[in-house]
Amino acid sequence: MAPELIENAAGRLVLETINGREAVPYRGVGEFRPSGVKAAPPLRSCADYPDSGDKRAPDLREALERSGIKSGMTIGSHHHFRNGDLVMNQVFDILADRGLRDLRWFPSASFPCHAPMIGHLESGVIHHIEGSMNGPLGDYCSAGKMRGTAVLRSHGGRFQAIQDGEVHVDLAIIAAPTADPFGNCNGVSGPSACGLLGFALADALYADHVIVVTDNLVPFPCIPWQIQGNNVDQVVVLDRIGDPAKIVSGTTELTRSPDRLLIAEQTARFVREAGILREGFSFQAGAGGTSLAFAIYLEQMMKEQGIKARFVRGGSTKYLVRMLEEGLTDYILDGQTFDLDGVRSMRENPRHVNTSPFTSYNYHGKGNFASMIDVVVLGATEVDLDFNANVVTHSDGRLLHGIGGWQNCLFSKCTILPIPSVRDRIPVILDRVTTLCGPGELVDVIVTERGIAINPRRTDLLEAVRGSDLPIRPLADIKAEVDRLCGGAPARPDLGEEVVAAIKWVDGTVIDSVRRVK
Amino acid sequence: MTKGVGHAGQRGAEVRSDCWISVETAATGGLTIELESRVEVLYGASIRQQIAEGLSRLGIDHGRVTVEDKGAYPLVILARLEAAVQRAQGRVKTPLLSAPAERAPDPPRRDRQRRSRLYLPGNEPKFALNAALHHPDGVILDLEDSVHAGEKDAARILVRNLLRSLDFGACERMVRINPSPAGLLDVEAVVPQGVHVLLLPKCESAEQVREIDAKADLVRREAGFEHSVLLMPIVETALGIERAFEIASSCPRVVALTIGLEDYTADIGAARTLEGRESLYARQVVVNAARAAGIQPIDSVFSDVGDAEGLVRSVLEAKSLGFEGKGCIHPRQIRSMHEGFSPRPDELDRARRIVMAFHEAERKGLGVVSLGTKMIDPPVVKRARRVVDLAILDGSLSPHWMESGEAADGS
Repeated sequence: MAPELIENAAGRLVLETINGREAVPYRGVGEFRPSGVKAAPPLRSCADYPDSGDKRAPDLREALERSGIKSGMTIGSHHHFRNGDLVMNQVFDILADRGLRDLRWFPSASFPCHAPMIGHLESGVIHHIEGSMNGPLGDYCSAGKMRGTAVLRSHGGRFQAIQDGEVHVDLAIIAAPTADPFGNCNGVSGPSACGLLGFALADALYADHVIVVTDNLVPFPCIPWQIQGNNVDQVVVLDRIGDPAKIVSGTTELTRSPDRLLIAEQTARFVREAGILREGFSFQAGAGGTSLAFAIYLEQMMKEQGIKARFVRGGSTKYLVRMLEEGLTDYILDGQTFDLDGVRSMRENPRHVNTSPFTSYNYHGKGNFASMIDVVVLGATEVDLDFNANVVTHSDGRLLHGIGGWQNCLFSKCTILPIPSVRDRIPVILDRVTTLCGPGELVDVIVTERGIAINPRRTDLLEAVRGSDLPIRPLADIKAEVDRLCGGAPARPDLGEEVVAAIKWVDGTVIDSVRRVK
Repeated sequence: MTKGVGHAGQRGAEVRSDCWISVETAATGGLTIELESRVEVLYGASIRQQIAEGLSRLGIDHGRVTVEDKGAYPLVILARLEAAVQRAQGRVKTPLLSAPAERAPDPPRRDRQRRSRLYLPGNEPKFALNAALHHPDGVILDLEDSVHAGEKDAARILVRNLLRSLDFGACERMVRINPSPAGLLDVEAVVPQGVHVLLLPKCESAEQVREIDAKADLVRREAGFEHSVLLMPIVETALGIERAFEIASSCPRVVALTIGLEDYTADIGAARTLEGRESLYARQVVVNAARAAGIQPIDSVFSDVGDAEGLVRSVLEAKSLGFEGKGCIHPRQIRSMHEGFSPRPDELDRARRIVMAFHEAERKGLGVVSLGTKMIDPPVVKRARRVVDLAILDGSLSPHWMESGEAADGS
């Protein structure tokens, strides 16, 4: 029998019960208020841990044995190693070997290197995955092959879910580029250096049992201790925990695509013309090609006008590092480092600050800095005429991307989506997005190669750029032009009834559902 | 119905915005359409319908059509289908014209800036689709050197559809045709779709220009266009340089003369260098011949996309020789060309003051023009006028600047 779906405040049909647990349908931006107290891990005593501070287990198998992990439990992990993670496949191989079943994997994101998890899903070792899914796992889930429902959360939403007790992590695995025997650890040095470990903070604070896995053990103290050993139960030393070439890129390269460069430049010009570019401002730009190019155009404008930023929000790359080193910004507030320059800067420069989803994104906190940023640029797979945006599925309905910090960043003072209006006959502007990830009221500007559309709700921005020579156009005009080029609006995918994934909003409510692809 | 096999388009993992279509016609058995498309979910049904209708328009009722689609737009699919059918059974009677653009192209304009012209390979749809968004002064759909000898027929059909269906905005619509006789077929295919300027490669005589001019005039009249198609000969051989003036003044439709340095240096047996000493003479001849004929001298292409500084130097050097524009092969090069060839603010400012002083002197009936304490010679006035005209063409100066009394301080 198909589960009951209920229409939420965005008009989307969502599950009321997800994997046996009640869920709250999305009520609107800022409408849902949580109550009660935060979750907490069990109390522990120093009497049960060695006075020497040496928490090393002989090997990973033994550590997992000692952790008390049982069938049906939840295992959390971070994705700072991106596609170069060598730990989590080993963990699940050992658990499979021990005959465990129905586990829930709760990563902050998964990557194509985690394709072997499909075997564990097939055999029943893993019941389902809750976390952003890329590549083969996304396809597996889209096809409706996973037993449970996938749950996709933003980085802030993952912290919120753990903190609020919505997801209880029984066992946290923290792969750490450098650690000491007590469990203090960081991401700034070691062969698998990834910069920081912010995505593991919630796991460290709230999990019942925490295992740090490293391939670069140093004597106590491991400084900086981005994760504190006082939260850690065991330390495991392996020969290799990551593939450095797949963790960070040696160098982040700019796009050469003329259309992307055009979009990036128009975005930077918009920021200048709208008066956002001013002394002490702040911006966020990720590592995507258009985002990076935007940051470089902005850098040129800042130099021309003698303007300095107070802070820049990473994912950091060599381009942001250059701005920091040239004094164009006081700080980089970094969520993850994307290249070797980012890692070096994080290690050496006190103004390159490591952040976590707690400081940057958690919606059930006493504020977070995402809402203080003057302007962010984000990607999207689709937008619609109400400025709603999709970032997880493609127009054919397939689940292909995670949410990342995307939803959390929407709370900035000005959110811009610099996106092509069409990708090889795949129109990006639709009447209604396939999957709703970001409500249109939070998307302020859409910059395409065919013009710039400002959300009509932002009369201040419309006013600010009046009289400029920017190509401001209604979104519907751009859509009409693209549909014409494409020979009409695209057909909609014929998707199954079955919900394969639930999309959470930043407050833990359910904003949309991903259907099975036939 | 004759039986035949033909295919057209591009296939492979790297291909974008194009498709590969194979047509195998038969005497009986009805039609089979096999489609593999990246956009199957969104446009699969629409593509099948388009192919079926296209075949019906071409009178093909039996056979097998295979399509490998990498996100080709409808105008491209029609072009590939027509080319494949043409290769299977000879020239089609009624071409598969794509949907016309919403806005008809503006008529050709003789006097306009030609600071940048962006070359677009004629058999590669992906570059042409968004070319106008980068605002070059002109886009050139190239049927000549960027198109493989075996693909000329397919490129001709594709370029025709691109011209027909795309709105190139304020860009001058240019096509580089092939030398005759293929060039005559090019003219037949593209001129009815609204071409502003035909570029004539490897020009070595006035007759070559006149032959194309006559053909273009015939075709545009038949197509019902009121205005003549303009011409830009390219001299790129030693002989062409020797006859540069003859070519530049060969017919009233010629608006500009340009030079192709790759071919020219090969022809004179020299290596092409960045400094360009080996072609300095030829380029000066082109400038001189064009000026003598009262048309625009336009420089060759700058072909190193990665060398932004070299490009700026090259533009300034071209301007110093008297050229008014260059060719580019990547949209990133456009801005340097516009900045370099447009009058600098101080240049414009001075030119405006000179032109004002000239008018003032005329009004007062003075024989001598002076600015401050300095006497201005007539050639200086002439040069100043050219600078002012360029500024009017690129929109940085109102055509009515003198009446509106805009202060000559650049504000």
